[in-house]
Amino acid sequence: MRGRAYVFGDNIDTDQIYPGRYLHLVKPEEIKEHVLENADPTFSRRFQPGGIVVAGRNFGCGSSREHAAITLKEAGVAAVLAESFGRIFFRNAINLGLPLMIVKGIRDKVKEGDEIEVDLESGVVTLPDGCKIQGEPLSQYILNLIRHGGIKNLYKSGYRPKPE
Amino acid sequence: MHALEKILAAHAGLSEVTAGQIVTCRVDTAGVNDLYLQVLRSFEEMGGEKVRNPDRVVFFFDHYVPAPTIGAAENHKEMREFCRKQGIKNLFDIDAGVCHQILAEKGFSRPGELIVVTDSHTTTHGVFGAFGTGVGATDLATILISGEIWLRVPPVIKIVFDGRLKPYVSAKDMVLYALGKLGADIATYKAVEYAGEAVDRCSVSERMVLGNMAVEMGAKTSYIQPNQEVLDYVRSRTQKPFTVYTTDPDYKYEAEYHFDVSDLEPVVAAPSSVDNLREVAEVEGTHVDQVFVGSCTGGRLEDLRIVARVLKNKRVAEGTRLIFSPATREILAEGLREGIVQDLLAAGAVMIPPGCGPCLGTHQGLLAPGEVAITTTNRNFPGRMGSPKAQIYLASPLTCAVAALTGHITHPGRYIE
Repeated sequence: MRGRAYVFGDNIDTDQIYPGRYLHLVKPEEIKEHVLENADPTFSRRFQPGGIVVAGRNFGCGSSREHAAITLKEAGVAAVLAESFGRIFFRNAINLGLPLMIVKGIRDKVKEGDEIEVDLESGVVTLPDGCKIQGEPLSQYILNLIRHGGIKNLYKSGYRPKPE
Repeated sequence: MHALEKILAAHAGLSEVTAGQIVTCRVDTAGVNDLYLQVLRSFEEMGGEKVRNPDRVVFFFDHYVPAPTIGAAENHKEMREFCRKQGIKNLFDIDAGVCHQILAEKGFSRPGELIVVTDSHTTTHGVFGAFGTGVGATDLATILISGEIWLRVPPVIKIVFDGRLKPYVSAKDMVLYALGKLGADIATYKAVEYAGEAVDRCSVSERMVLGNMAVEMGAKTSYIQPNQEVLDYVRSRTQKPFTVYTTDPDYKYEAEYHFDVSDLEPVVAAPSSVDNLREVAEVEGTHVDQVFVGSCTGGRLEDLRIVARVLKNKRVAEGTRLIFSPATREILAEGLREGIVQDLLAAGAVMIPPGCGPCLGTHQGLLAPGEVAITTTNRNFPGRMGSPKAQIYLASPLTCAVAALTGHITHPGRYIE
């Protein structure tokens, strides 16, 4: 996939991705309105669907709220690349089929607005100048979940994911 | 193997597991709180019809109690109907309190159990010798359907607190200190075991603070090898049998960190990250508009006792608000029996019913832009307790109590003997 990068710093927690004051919302189309609102109130206005969120360490730390993964997915975020992720957010994103990848060093190499290319299978991220950064490719188990658009689709078809 | 690995192995039907392995585990207790109507939505979307083990499922109404909006009331209503339809008897309604304290009080937190709740602070239950971990809505819905969850076996890091704490320094100070020194992502994808003399001396309540705050280091779960006091507590809460696992002597921790806490002074996590460590002395004199005492981190009976001891026969400072919430109905009842709730009310504090509200800024005492709060809770992210332009300091119940008394952040040493 290819997309425009939207760059954030370290420790973007789930309260910044999706503020607690909107947690009573359940409809995805309402949840997406508040994407990253506590980190950048202008984000939902300036974000173009298909964009790639790039962040530093510990993206999605904090609360278990699935709203954080839902809001990014529904807003049209194509993928999230970060130095590391909060683990519950990581699971929630995979379960919803929102691609994400750990890419060490990405925060300093990508600038806001860069067009970047991401290959989830190989874990390679290509920068506008052609430079390549090697991320940590997802395991086949997780890629399988993402390929199916998340665990919901797998369960719908009666499939139960089994360990590697 | 580590005790936590033995728990996962037992629940996966395997004789051995190792860090990094993905295993499918039978879940003993699956909990859903009232932030998570999405669990029901995901359950339906995935074609769920009948909950696999209704006796192993617990619903908690704690984040929005009593319902502050019509939307929240609708969510409660739909969850009550779901429980009735599915034969789920363990519904802790708006009168009960905060889920993690209820799990302990009602005997769900037992050694050897696998506890999965739609709440990140489920790491708390590791201090009962269980494997407790938080998940989102869809993960929990898969448990409702299958009774199982996929988990990656975490490596374990060990944090050792040596020495004895000063009387005005608490478990909360100790864990904030470790967080500040090690960073908010030191334990991401990992488990945190606590050990050492200062941990051995912790009460059940203080141990719960350590386990609870492990998630603020990114941890998947926490662990403290249960001592006699913990086992006695569990036995006083349930007749159900349990298995205490122990870690093999040859188990290799991924990392070990040692802190001597004998000379530790009271600390805070300053705005706006949990690892922004400062000594109280460094921020002394900062005016506070609001003090909150409550939550799964700092709303237990011991916490209320500490705050009441500081404020008994005194007044909350002019220009400062003190809000407190006993974590559960049982704590509220005991607080009334001991007279500490009355002491706090007489001092000018405002009590709100058992629940999570202010801790995550859903309702009951939000902060205005520019306001400063100090709180016994667990997170100080921008916007966590109201306006993103408010500032939040995390501290021990004692440090919070003294701030309520003086109206500004104050070293608590002078206020206790």
